[in-house]
Amino acid sequence: MSDLAVSDGAPDAPLLEVKDLKVHLRVADRLVRAVDGVDFKVDTAECVGVVGESGSGKSTLIRAISRLMPNLQVDELSGELRFEGRDILRMADRELRTLRRSRGFAMIFQDPLGYLNPTQRVGRQIAEALSPDGRGRSEHRRVLDLLDEVGFADPGAIARRYPHELSGGMRQRVMIAIALASDPKLLFADEPTTALDATVQLQVLETLYRLHKERNMAVAIITHDLGVVAELCDRVYVMQAGKFVENATAVDLFERPQHPYSARLVELSAHRLDFRGMQQ
Amino acid sequence: MLRFILQRALYALPLIFVIIVVMFTLLHLIPGDPVQSLVGDYPVPPAYRAVIEEKYRLNDPFVVQVGNYVVAVLHGDFGFSYQNQRPVLDLILERAPRTILLASVGFAFAIPLGMAIGVVAGTTRNPGTDKFWTTSALIAYAIPTFWLGQLLVMLFALRFGWFPTQGIGPLISRAHGFDWLLEKARYLALPVLAFAIHEGMRFARIMRASVIDTLSQGYIVTARAKGLSRGQIIRNHILRNSSLPLVTIAGYSFGSALGGAVLLETVFTWPGLGLLMVDSIRLRDNLTVIGVVIFSALAVIVMNLIVDILYALLDPRIRTAG
Repeated sequence: MSDLAVSDGAPDAPLLEVKDLKVHLRVADRLVRAVDGVDFKVDTAECVGVVGESGSGKSTLIRAISRLMPNLQVDELSGELRFEGRDILRMADRELRTLRRSRGFAMIFQDPLGYLNPTQRVGRQIAEALSPDGRGRSEHRRVLDLLDEVGFADPGAIARRYPHELSGGMRQRVMIAIALASDPKLLFADEPTTALDATVQLQVLETLYRLHKERNMAVAIITHDLGVVAELCDRVYVMQAGKFVENATAVDLFERPQHPYSARLVELSAHRLDFRGMQQ
Repeated sequence: MLRFILQRALYALPLIFVIIVVMFTLLHLIPGDPVQSLVGDYPVPPAYRAVIEEKYRLNDPFVVQVGNYVVAVLHGDFGFSYQNQRPVLDLILERAPRTILLASVGFAFAIPLGMAIGVVAGTTRNPGTDKFWTTSALIAYAIPTFWLGQLLVMLFALRFGWFPTQGIGPLISRAHGFDWLLEKARYLALPVLAFAIHEGMRFARIMRASVIDTLSQGYIVTARAKGLSRGQIIRNHILRNSSLPLVTIAGYSFGSALGGAVLLETVFTWPGLGLLMVDSIRLRDNLTVIGVVIFSALAVIVMNLIVDILYALLDPRIRTAG
């Protein structure tokens, strides 16, 4: 825990702290308040979920926090964004890159096929996250270790594959390996299982959970699937139309939802779980 | 990969056959009596006509004639050019290397030029820079090559006297080694410049569009999330992936350039295939025209094959699908 002493925030300050974040987008000449004054925090080694229906602003939120917004459509981006006490909203590019390269935050995405370069071998894409131009022996060894860590039985063979030669679940594992390369303290996961088959979803979630525990890595996971939250998360934010309507522990959310919208989400997911049960 | 190449090569064979047949049919359809055109303005003696018709088997059924022609062409016999008093194949083989030289050197400049402008215009965050390069490229591309060629000649050859105005240099050169190269280069410079500007600007426009498309891909977000710098993202992800459409376009236009850049060769009196074609059309040297056309068609087919192979090398998804 010597890391905490190094950081310039207070010892018990959260790993990530977001205050009054506003992201207003300009979409076809219309102003969209995608994120409208949101307070959000993630503690060290905590797993936080953000749930809400499509279009509620979850993805924009996580893109804005991880500073991966496309610049073009952003009309306003304001608020306070602190990672280990450092202001990442106004951070210089160089400093931000250093943070991404080592012990900062990383991200995985909903559609791993689109987010992997189709013309490069998987191993090279992981090596690039270790060192931008490095393709040396030590990088190769680390690549194999990472592939092993995300659950591949034969890392050497996988490293030589191209993304289109892998299944959806394997691609998402590769994405996770890329994210782990910088040894992040916080992993953002944007709908990591939505594009996958039901059985594969569970495997990927188990992998994420294991890494979260083994590495003491905080995870902020975005999903519209409350089942995912139930599996993984300590705490949950419920998002509706750019605002958080509820912030509760996962247990509280399922047993005592406070906001009618949360209650409705829980009820619907319970129906769906029942339905799944009936099918089996 | 080898299977892929062989497969593509096999696809090309029927195409070559069809092109030869079509060209022969066109030759056949050209109005006029071949025997009469041999004789000129005099009446043809019937005995002579019979001998010629027997010799060239002009009375055979059309299908047989087509068959004979295809077989002859496959043996490298494109006929005899009476205007030049030489076999057509000799003419083509003499002219082709000059055209290939001009096209290759032209492309060697045009492709890096086009890629550089395309990447700069496509990746810049300054709309002014993009507009400047896009507009410049459009204007430069819109200038016809023959006019551009003349402008270059007026400026660099006539006013400054740096380069010769036309031609490919002395038939027998006294220069050796490096001097010989330099002499060649001086004659090449202006046609290559005109060629590279025209083609390069076209490539720049394609490259820019492709770079912008690549920038919107998810893996660019992944690269940013990895903490790569702009330069690293451009080098590692954008260059290769945006080059795919350029390979197609450049390959096809290289193929057609091998058939002779007619306007450019005319302006600079560059004695390549293009000039041969123009001269032969004027002299009604039909066999030579058709020979050049078949050669150009072959060049395009071969280039398409090379494009397919390059494409597969650049994009592993195609290798698997092939």
